[in-house]
Amino acid sequence: MSVKEAAPPRAAPRQHGQTAKPRRRSGQWWVPWLFLAPALILFLYFKFIPMAQAVSMSVQEVRPYLGNTWVGTANYSEILSSDSFRSAMGNTIVLAIGQTFGSMVLGFGLALLVEGQTRKLTFIRSAAFLPVVVPLAVVAELWRIMYHPTSDGLLNQLLGLIGLGPSGFINDPDTSLASIAVTGIWRGAPYDMMIFLAGLAGIDRGLYEAATVDGASTRQRILHVTLPGLRPVFAILFVLAAVRGFRSFTEVFLLTNGGPNGSTEVVMTLIYKLGLEQNRLGVGSAGAVLLFVATLVLTVCVQLLRRRRTA
Amino acid sequence: MSAATETALGLTERTGPVAKAIKFVVYAGLFVVFAGPLLALLVSSFNHVSDPTQLSIIPKSPTLDNFRVAFDHGVLRYLANSFFVVGFGLLLQVAVSVLAGYALARKKFRFMTLVMVAILATMMLPEEILALPLTLVLADLPLVHLNLMGTLAGMIVPLGAWAFSILVMTEFMKDVPPELEEAARIDGAGEFRIFAQIILPLCKPALGVIGVFGFTMIWDQYLLPLLVATNSNAYTLPLALRTLRIDPVVTPGVVMAASLLALLPSVVVFLLFQRSFARGLTAGALKG
Repeated sequence: MSVKEAAPPRAAPRQHGQTAKPRRRSGQWWVPWLFLAPALILFLYFKFIPMAQAVSMSVQEVRPYLGNTWVGTANYSEILSSDSFRSAMGNTIVLAIGQTFGSMVLGFGLALLVEGQTRKLTFIRSAAFLPVVVPLAVVAELWRIMYHPTSDGLLNQLLGLIGLGPSGFINDPDTSLASIAVTGIWRGAPYDMMIFLAGLAGIDRGLYEAATVDGASTRQRILHVTLPGLRPVFAILFVLAAVRGFRSFTEVFLLTNGGPNGSTEVVMTLIYKLGLEQNRLGVGSAGAVLLFVATLVLTVCVQLLRRRRTA
Repeated sequence: MSAATETALGLTERTGPVAKAIKFVVYAGLFVVFAGPLLALLVSSFNHVSDPTQLSIIPKSPTLDNFRVAFDHGVLRYLANSFFVVGFGLLLQVAVSVLAGYALARKKFRFMTLVMVAILATMMLPEEILALPLTLVLADLPLVHLNLMGTLAGMIVPLGAWAFSILVMTEFMKDVPPELEEAARIDGAGEFRIFAQIILPLCKPALGVIGVFGFTMIWDQYLLPLLVATNSNAYTLPLALRTLRIDPVVTPGVVMAASLLALLPSVVVFLLFQRSFARGLTAGALKG
């Protein structure tokens, strides 16, 4: 990703120095490989072989102990034409968009509110950040209880205070996906907030001063100084959050497991069911490969857009 | 207000009573929304919560019964499993990353760029997508033909391949001045000695970053342990929460007590090492 852009200017002077000086003595040729060996073995076993296996399983009918048979694109056409996969893909996209924008907007607002140096703000920032370090499994169990669908449920009591509800939340097909998105936003917004805060710290303070002297309102300051300064941060957060949304599994698995009535089935829960419950590893792998391609396309698109804008 | 403390909203400038009141309400609201649910979890785990509607932020009759019942259901064993996985997983990940980082940052060799790109490319590969084939690999490790399914080792070894940690170590080790290394070499220090006694001690901040980040990441793992743990003996605590919840005799208070135990380690690590954590967060976002 951004490493690729940062690398050339960094590497260039290094190589330049290399040609000027005699080659630095760095032991035998195999020394670096010795240091790299553990990493290479583990990456091979747990990243590259599984990746290759996912691709090869996706074009085969996987039959444990019986041997696999080549089926070409049959798995892909089967999964692409199945209604459950299409609706899972739709749900995944809706969930990813909802969580991405929800967390980014809320995170940006939070970052503006808690920007500053005072001790009080540090405390608020740490408190607001806690959801990010709480294991997702705990978050899901906690929200499951808070979403209790009767009027005495914690969140329904709050809705009752403003004269609404009771809502079925995760038990009602109409609100289930939105409820999962809310949980995701609750956990994602503080993360985005932290990244925005790092971005805000990099904005030249003098620009604010100048804007104020020129009689700019707070709204104009944000529009013309803060937002342009944060553009790269927005791009990074967008990719991270969207990929996070695409791969969401744990919270959906624990909150609804795809229910009620398939209203929250996402690609990852579907793959899990295909692979583990129905033992259809080939079809499941085809789904995984498609999800990977979607993730890759999204990342590359955002990178290209970014490069064109900065160029 | 001086320019150095200027913020986007300019909130720090305003100190009138109205502005103060608004600020207080906003900050209190933030606290309630983000810390409130966790406070409810904390309080409920010490209360007799027998149905999901009793979750509350006001302590009623404090008791340790929830924890006692949770222990009866094997929560201590699951907690021990979690610690075992995070301990050895982190050890493996850090060891692999510092070794690889040393080679990538301090050495020049053929195919270096290829290795670097291959490792970094895995950062774009969400681990969830590899979950199914990974279980097949773990069931029959290529060449050595070991079956790690159903074992804690099966949850631990894949954690060694973590590109983020390698990236952080590589970037950090690049900044160690070459003079130090050359001086040691002239003094006759061997390759491993230079690594262990010169480079590594200078990388403590980076070790902090990958340690804290790795800890919370491993503690949060769910899908891989779920697929690997074929029986409940190998469950980690996050996995056990669901089993507890489904158990008809277990009350929500007990689930909250177990949840508290499941969140405490990573929250404590975060609170103790906030600085390293924030550094990892921005490095992860800006580099990843």
